[in-house]
Amino acid sequence: MAPLLEIKDLHAEITGGRKIINGMNLVINPGEVHAIMGPNGAGKSTLSYVLSGKPGYEITSGEVLFRGQDLLAFSPDERAAAGMFLCFQYPLEIPGVSNMAFLHTALNSQRRRRGGVELTSPELLRKVRELGRQLGIDPDMLKRPVNVGFSGGEKKRNETLQMMLLEPYMCVLDEADSGLDIDAMKVVAAGVNALRSAERSMLVITHYQRLLDYIVPDVVHVFAAGRIVHTGGKELALELEATGYAQYQNEAA
Amino acid sequence: MAAVQDTVDQVRSVDVDQYKYGFETNIESEKAPKGLSEEVIRFISAKKDEPEWMLQWRLDAYQRWLSMPEPEWARVEFPKIDFQDLYYWAAPKAFKAPKSLDEVDPEILRTYEKLGIPLREQEILAGVEVPEGERTKIAVDAVFDSVSVATTFKAELKAAGVIFMPISEALHEHPDLVKKYLGTVVPVTDNFYATLNSAVFSDGSFVYIPPGVRCPMELSTYFRINEKNTGQFERTLIIADKGAYVSYLEGCTAPMRDENQLHAAVVELIALDDAEIKYSTVQNWYPGDSEGKGGIYNFVTKRGDCRGRNAKISWTQVETGSAITWKYPSCVLRGDGSSGEFYSIAISNGRQQVDSGTKMIHLGKNTSSRIISKGISAGKSNNTYRGLVSAHRKADGARNFTNCDSLLIGNDCGAHTVPYIEAKNPTAQFEHEATTSKISEDMLFYCMQRGLSQEDAVALVVNGFVRDVLQQLPMEFAVEAQKLISISLEGSVG
Repeated sequence: MAPLLEIKDLHAEITGGRKIINGMNLVINPGEVHAIMGPNGAGKSTLSYVLSGKPGYEITSGEVLFRGQDLLAFSPDERAAAGMFLCFQYPLEIPGVSNMAFLHTALNSQRRRRGGVELTSPELLRKVRELGRQLGIDPDMLKRPVNVGFSGGEKKRNETLQMMLLEPYMCVLDEADSGLDIDAMKVVAAGVNALRSAERSMLVITHYQRLLDYIVPDVVHVFAAGRIVHTGGKELALELEATGYAQYQNEAA
Repeated sequence: MAAVQDTVDQVRSVDVDQYKYGFETNIESEKAPKGLSEEVIRFISAKKDEPEWMLQWRLDAYQRWLSMPEPEWARVEFPKIDFQDLYYWAAPKAFKAPKSLDEVDPEILRTYEKLGIPLREQEILAGVEVPEGERTKIAVDAVFDSVSVATTFKAELKAAGVIFMPISEALHEHPDLVKKYLGTVVPVTDNFYATLNSAVFSDGSFVYIPPGVRCPMELSTYFRINEKNTGQFERTLIIADKGAYVSYLEGCTAPMRDENQLHAAVVELIALDDAEIKYSTVQNWYPGDSEGKGGIYNFVTKRGDCRGRNAKISWTQVETGSAITWKYPSCVLRGDGSSGEFYSIAISNGRQQVDSGTKMIHLGKNTSSRIISKGISAGKSNNTYRGLVSAHRKADGARNFTNCDSLLIGNDCGAHTVPYIEAKNPTAQFEHEATTSKISEDMLFYCMQRGLSQEDAVALVVNGFVRDVLQQLPMEFAVEAQKLISISLEGSVG
């Protein structure tokens, strides 16, 4: 089976600044859920930005293959259309643009690029309402401007809604539980779990174990000083909760 | 959102040349002698076979103009204009006021078709049975250089008692009305450009809505400058008599030329008791190239007078064109209980300079006004909002709400807000809100991560920013304006 995502000896830095990713290797097969855990400042969020193509980072060497294609050659929107989705830690607000309009534009942009059939407004509305019900999203939230005045929980639900609607191959969740109370976290986790399938993989970035009680990973990696320093099964997360990251940080240094 | 999709498609379809109205129509024209003098003014007046009082009015304005200084307070820079190096009147050769569209030069009709204003079609559709409400009718007056070439739907408007015709024609057919109202809102002596216009104005639209009449369709004028080195000086006069209502839209384009061209128009609106005038502008004069060469100098005086009780005047403008814009559509709130509104989207890109805003002059009791201004600057442009809100000593209970938002795209443009507020009455309540923001890379990245191209992302964010104002435009024009905004901003990021 060909891997869905393959990162080979990746080195990356902030443009004109500090080196953040430092010789990273990772293979994720279709259907797998990987967790990346590590201390603050280890470069976990940078990894999500580099995978999704955020401006301001430079790849100095290495390679990333996504479904066999050179991911780093793609622009952010091309990556999105190819099926790479980033669930933002801090989703952005877009004043004056209704959530529904945003979803419609995003979905049809991707479909158009893949040569697929575009959804009409009523079709989309039905679909979004159904997904919204699953996530406990107030229909009123669909009319409001994207993320403007949303609570932390609403923003994360909204991210999950986008992910469920866009049906990516790869979901990168950057601190998906930050700002969430336990009930909201369960709802978000349920949404993510509903998306688990044999073709779809997930990369869950977190520094707390608690999210992994709800989104149970197949593989857990410890990320320190810009690369993976240790890999284990789901029980590794519990171990880390007890021992902390200190030993791995020393190892990385 | 379908409209956004339209925008996106429109942006895609646009070629490298962003200004698609830049073509020139090859048509023989007749001009007044170059330069400005009493003789030229007499020539213009004679061409129009004007009454003696009109000629005298023009000559008085000219005398006055000679002694007036050019205004220099606006935040715009341009080389001094040589007013003797311009043509003040140009008309398609052998031009006689057409009785019907069949008499209009087909070349001119084709020009308007290219601009997306099919005059003939509008007229033909009028004769076809169209179910009520399926198609909005719009009566169009088309002004080509200095003369009005066609006005559609004349008969239907006449039946409703509405007068909609070129002002040159109104001078003959309704001289009393013109004489009674012309220059009563923007006096001959108002300012340098308005006075120049008073001396040399060529054509423009005249509208009169009789008491109690709600104008049965949108009225619209399209202005087109075609000739080289020719200024366009149109004059629009709209009167809504007691209890009347009219919605009016103007649009404008010009060919691409290396030299700058002057457009100095005057628009006067008069609303009597309980009357309402809604005036919308989609301004798309040629803005010059990316280095700032060429383009229209748009120096325009627009003012509305709420002369009666509970009168209402509303200005909505979408400004995307012109090399320089100097324009402050204003309301004089004279009648008790009258209200004024100003909704504006001003976009500048390349080297465009915009100094625009409004004046709300509260004179009557319990008058109210509302200003919503959205400025968008991109490229190396400068965009200034300049506004005055004032309450006269006797203007008890005057109220104003102002909201000025500026959006910056890129690092080389400027946004400026210059509000003047004068309250001479202690009961006046004026509120002013202003924000300046920048389209952030993070916001664009967020949109792109969801699959939008960079252009789509900018269009989406900008459309969100201007939404409050677009909602004020008549439906068809809102879509048009939205497209225009995207085209104006094409290539402004990255």
